[in-house]
Amino acid sequence: MPDAIAERETSAEGGAHRSRRHESAHKHVTGAAAYINDLPEAPGLLHVALGLSTRAHARLVSIDLDPVRAVPGVVLVLTAGDLPGENDTSPVGKHDEPLLAEGHVAFHGQPIYAVAAETREAARRAARAARIVYEDLPAVLDIETALADPVLVTPGATMQRGDWAAALDAAPRRLSGTMAIGGQEHFYLEGQVALAEPGEDDEVRIWCSTQHPSETQHIVAHALGVASHAVTVEVRRMGGAFGGKETQANPFACLAAIVAKKTGRAAKLRLDRDDDMIVTGKRHEFVVRYDVGYDDDGRIHAVDMLYAARCGYSADLSGPVTDRALFHADNCYFYPAVRLRSLPLKTNTCSNTAFRGFGGPQGMLGGERVIEEVAFATGLDPLEVRRRNFYGIGERDLTPYCQTVEDNVIADVVDTLVARCDYAARRATIRAANAAAPLIVRGIALTPVKFGISFTATQFNQAAALVHIYTDGSIAVNHGGTEMGQGLHTKIAQVAVEELQVDAGSVRVTATTTGKVPNTSATAASSGADLNGKAVQAAVRTLKDRLVTFAAEQYGVPPDTVAFLPGRVRIGNQDVPFAALIRQAYFARVQLSATGFYKTPKIHWDRDAGRGRPFYYFAYGAACVEVAVDTLTGEYRIERADIVHDCGRSLNPAIDIGQIEGGFVQGAGWLTTEELVWDAAGRLRTHAPSTYKIPACGDRPRVFNVHLLDNAASHEDTIFRSKAVGEPPLMLGIAVLHALSDAVASVGGWRVCPRLDAPATPERVLRAIETLRA
Amino acid sequence: MQDEAASYGDNRPEGVMRDHVRFWLGSSRQEVRGIAPTLTVLDWLRGPMRRSGTKEGCNEGDCGACTVVVVRPRAGGGLTWRAVNACIQLVGQLDGCLLLTVEDLAAADGTLHPVQQAMVDLHGSQCGFCTPGFVMSLFAMGRDMGRDGAAPDEAAIDDALAGNLCRCTGYAPIVRAGLASIAADDAWRAEAAAIEARLRALDDDEDVVVTSPAGRFSAPASVDALAETLLADPDATVLAGGTDVGLWITKQMRVLPHLVWVGRVAGFADITETADGLEIGASATYSDAMAALGALLPDMGELLRRLGSVQVRNAGTIGGNIANGSPIGDSPPALIAAGATLHLRRGDTRRSLPLEDFFIAYGRQDRAPGEFVERITVPRPAPGTRFRAYKVSKRFDQDITAVLGCYAITLDGGRVTAARIAHGGMAGTPKRATAAEAALIGRTWDADAVRAAQGALASDYMPLDDMRASAWYRLRVAQNLLVRLHAETTGQAPTRLVGAPELAHA
Repeated sequence: MPDAIAERETSAEGGAHRSRRHESAHKHVTGAAAYINDLPEAPGLLHVALGLSTRAHARLVSIDLDPVRAVPGVVLVLTAGDLPGENDTSPVGKHDEPLLAEGHVAFHGQPIYAVAAETREAARRAARAARIVYEDLPAVLDIETALADPVLVTPGATMQRGDWAAALDAAPRRLSGTMAIGGQEHFYLEGQVALAEPGEDDEVRIWCSTQHPSETQHIVAHALGVASHAVTVEVRRMGGAFGGKETQANPFACLAAIVAKKTGRAAKLRLDRDDDMIVTGKRHEFVVRYDVGYDDDGRIHAVDMLYAARCGYSADLSGPVTDRALFHADNCYFYPAVRLRSLPLKTNTCSNTAFRGFGGPQGMLGGERVIEEVAFATGLDPLEVRRRNFYGIGERDLTPYCQTVEDNVIADVVDTLVARCDYAARRATIRAANAAAPLIVRGIALTPVKFGISFTATQFNQAAALVHIYTDGSIAVNHGGTEMGQGLHTKIAQVAVEELQVDAGSVRVTATTTGKVPNTSATAASSGADLNGKAVQAAVRTLKDRLVTFAAEQYGVPPDTVAFLPGRVRIGNQDVPFAALIRQAYFARVQLSATGFYKTPKIHWDRDAGRGRPFYYFAYGAACVEVAVDTLTGEYRIERADIVHDCGRSLNPAIDIGQIEGGFVQGAGWLTTEELVWDAAGRLRTHAPSTYKIPACGDRPRVFNVHLLDNAASHEDTIFRSKAVGEPPLMLGIAVLHALSDAVASVGGWRVCPRLDAPATPERVLRAIETLRA
Repeated sequence: MQDEAASYGDNRPEGVMRDHVRFWLGSSRQEVRGIAPTLTVLDWLRGPMRRSGTKEGCNEGDCGACTVVVVRPRAGGGLTWRAVNACIQLVGQLDGCLLLTVEDLAAADGTLHPVQQAMVDLHGSQCGFCTPGFVMSLFAMGRDMGRDGAAPDEAAIDDALAGNLCRCTGYAPIVRAGLASIAADDAWRAEAAAIEARLRALDDDEDVVVTSPAGRFSAPASVDALAETLLADPDATVLAGGTDVGLWITKQMRVLPHLVWVGRVAGFADITETADGLEIGASATYSDAMAALGALLPDMGELLRRLGSVQVRNAGTIGGNIANGSPIGDSPPALIAAGATLHLRRGDTRRSLPLEDFFIAYGRQDRAPGEFVERITVPRPAPGTRFRAYKVSKRFDQDITAVLGCYAITLDGGRVTAARIAHGGMAGTPKRATAAEAALIGRTWDADAVRAAQGALASDYMPLDDMRASAWYRLRVAQNLLVRLHAETTGQAPTRLVGAPELAHA
């Protein structure tokens, strides 16, 4: 029964597996979609801005706020001493992340004070006015420095299986190396913003661009020193998030709420773009050290890898992020013996955080470098090395964390892609053309992705929903997930439509609010549709059960003759319009509201032992990328990208393809032009789009073919057998780095592995070329 | 107002000076007075006008989320429809235009504009925050293309959208939406004549001065009035396109009590072709000048195609780019290599100088208080001269240059008879490579000559390290670009990753 419904030819328009348009598309294109800064401002609303540290690590000797208070329009200035509750926003309970710096600052850009003023301009001016005396302390700014005397923000992890040391020693061949992997700024187009309105007693209502309203609620409650029930957090939509609003929204919500409660006026904190980029955390930068034993056939015997991460001044989510790097160091490859270790290093920089893939991309990139090294060392086509090391089916299928890969489709994905993109012939053509040493060389690479789906912290793999059917037959769906552009609300509406077979227009997914569904998990880890879709389905099925029972009694037919058909309900031999049945049910006092709950089955994880089944299932994909590189300047173009990706039975093919295209380009950006530069004083120099370059329109592949894997129903009982799609496609961008490396390698006749670090800016590419030429 | 005029030191009859700016916002006529001179179009739209469809993404003209369309009468008839960044346009600069925002595009009955409908149908929005900006850029492109009726190709759409960042979609569905809708007819085509009449009715030759407690926004209508205004208040900030001054306001929060906008000065944006070359008025935007400069020097056109974005080129002026003396401004090195002459005026005094002499040191130009750029002369290249401009940046489009190499090299029978080489990004000013030029002149144009010039570049420049590039990269690229120059001028191919390949051999 559960999934047979999806197969019915009669299924409603707008139900599952349809390419429904984004539920807000009309509002997006007309400017009618309201983001938090577009909401009407209550009379007397105050604007909040932050005074930031101008030192990377220093003792705060004195803070003179008189010049701040002297700015016309300033109403309130807050420092650490003025906070009503706990001065901490750590999302993991480590108490290492003050809302406002106290006694010392730990990075350049750390908020020291907040100022509320009548206008945003006055607040911004005042936020630059304080006279602060610092006493500088030694600052640790980069991984290499941190490695010399490592201080960790949270304990590292180790995953090991087999006698890796002996296997390394026994392997016929062995190599080792180091790879540097840059971080990434989220660059959500809508910056961080929170609006707070004070209520009676302890109450405060907050509109916040957050991926995690429940956590925002709880941290605001702590910051105010009130119970969680007094705080309501709502978000209708975000203008992008990508992980950057999983924890990073919290401090701004706290400060807006504190100002609102202290002044009795509404308060809004909206960061200027530069402040946003300076203050908030980013994707973690890593240095990966690898030692690999392999043989002449390119088969890996053993791997030992160390993942050292620049975490910044506090833990934030660095523990699970660095864990996930290890979870994906194997990517699609079986390591017969393995040790993986992480080092979450403390540095005097912003506290790095979640970013689409959550450490997985960096982990995978390290694993792919190992493959590339083995390919160069053996002279084999890297794709051949990849294939030879793929996880097997029923054998060679144990991950370094001892989860068996049960749903392996990577060979199918790669075979499909190889055929579709004509990999072998194009590679041969490119190699022949490059042999003539033209000024512009080409490169091609095909890389796979296997990405584990589930929060590795098992408790987060739960979701709830609240569904109301009103007496006119319209349906309001609320769930714990947030909409950040990924089309979650569209998919959720499809789930409800599919279950009830009602008209798409009669289902409204309402703004996410902690007042309706409590204790939600972050919309993160690609889990939004998986978890909340199941929760909504559960709620709707509860309602359906009630309706079926009622209809069977009312019409005197067996319950199994009641069926939900498009726009109507078949009851025995009779078709009743859905709305008419609802009205009858109301009069018969049937409860037309239900909650639903879901928790992911089968998963467990023992971090201390490094063993378990952290993932419910895996999502797979592969990309083949061709690039052209200017050997005089290091500039490059992505000429073509072909992708085959596994979305299970896609809930919405159009939305999923959109996630794949967007994820690929975002991943390509991370590995190419998106370079974060801190100077010797610890100042971020790339704090605006003028200096930090995300891909522009012309940077997308000139030829861009995306194909969803056919016949790909999820092995597990996921929502309508679909698979998560938020994060996995980002790692398809890894093919870009390897294609660039292939092009660079041609300068040296493909004899030497270029060891191209990320991001491969034109400068880094030119350096690699000139190194090979030297 | 009278007092203000009196203190202003001119003796025009009362009533001739306007105390407000006037323009159309969609279908409503606006007269705006009493505003701060630095009020941005974005803050005005989102604040008092309650039009929140236009978004603030970066507040520095780099993301395009705030894109709006400015419609103006075209000299010689018709209209120009130009996308600009509302975050760094000032309300005073709207005088005489029709301003359209995303709220203006759908019909009164809710029917979407073809661009909007295509964006919906082809899944062109995800989070939707950048979407209004994309819609407006595509809309402007379509209206402007209406003139020649050409269907767009992907490369043209890439150029049109280079100033709009999207972090969700990877752009592919947006380009599909553009291809599907740009050439479609819309209600605006039929409206064009009425709009033109409405806008021409706003034309007058009055000087405009808008005052408020925060300061003064002057928009003189003639070059004489401009000269007078700047003579009377040499500390005033001259405002042309605002693509730099806008950042002084939004990012540096500078106090600018008196802005003098040159965009209303009659004839100041004229581009005149003469027997000797081009005369470019100081307030001609890049968009205004692109076609003429590209016809004179094809690679200059290619350089301008990658300068900023459509929004930046629609606002930014060549005169402004020169006057503010940025070491990484893209037009000065190209104009220096082309042998351009700068014409300055202060009061009634005029002088001319070779453009390279204008740039004294980082942040210092040869401009006296009250003096302003009046026009630029770009000579026609001598016979046998090849002009090339190579922009190297981290990202191809809408990126500030790491290295810009510009070359006018004259060949006669395989020998270099003249060479003018200038670089951006290599020094504190746009600067000529005199040693490299000397190393080339008189030599056979061969690999040895290239090597000699490469060596000389190391004495011409001591470039800096910054977040865009290291000193090593800048010098090495400048040297390597000579190899590209040689390859292109000796018929080897291909040499270019972007742009029209035929330009390499023009």
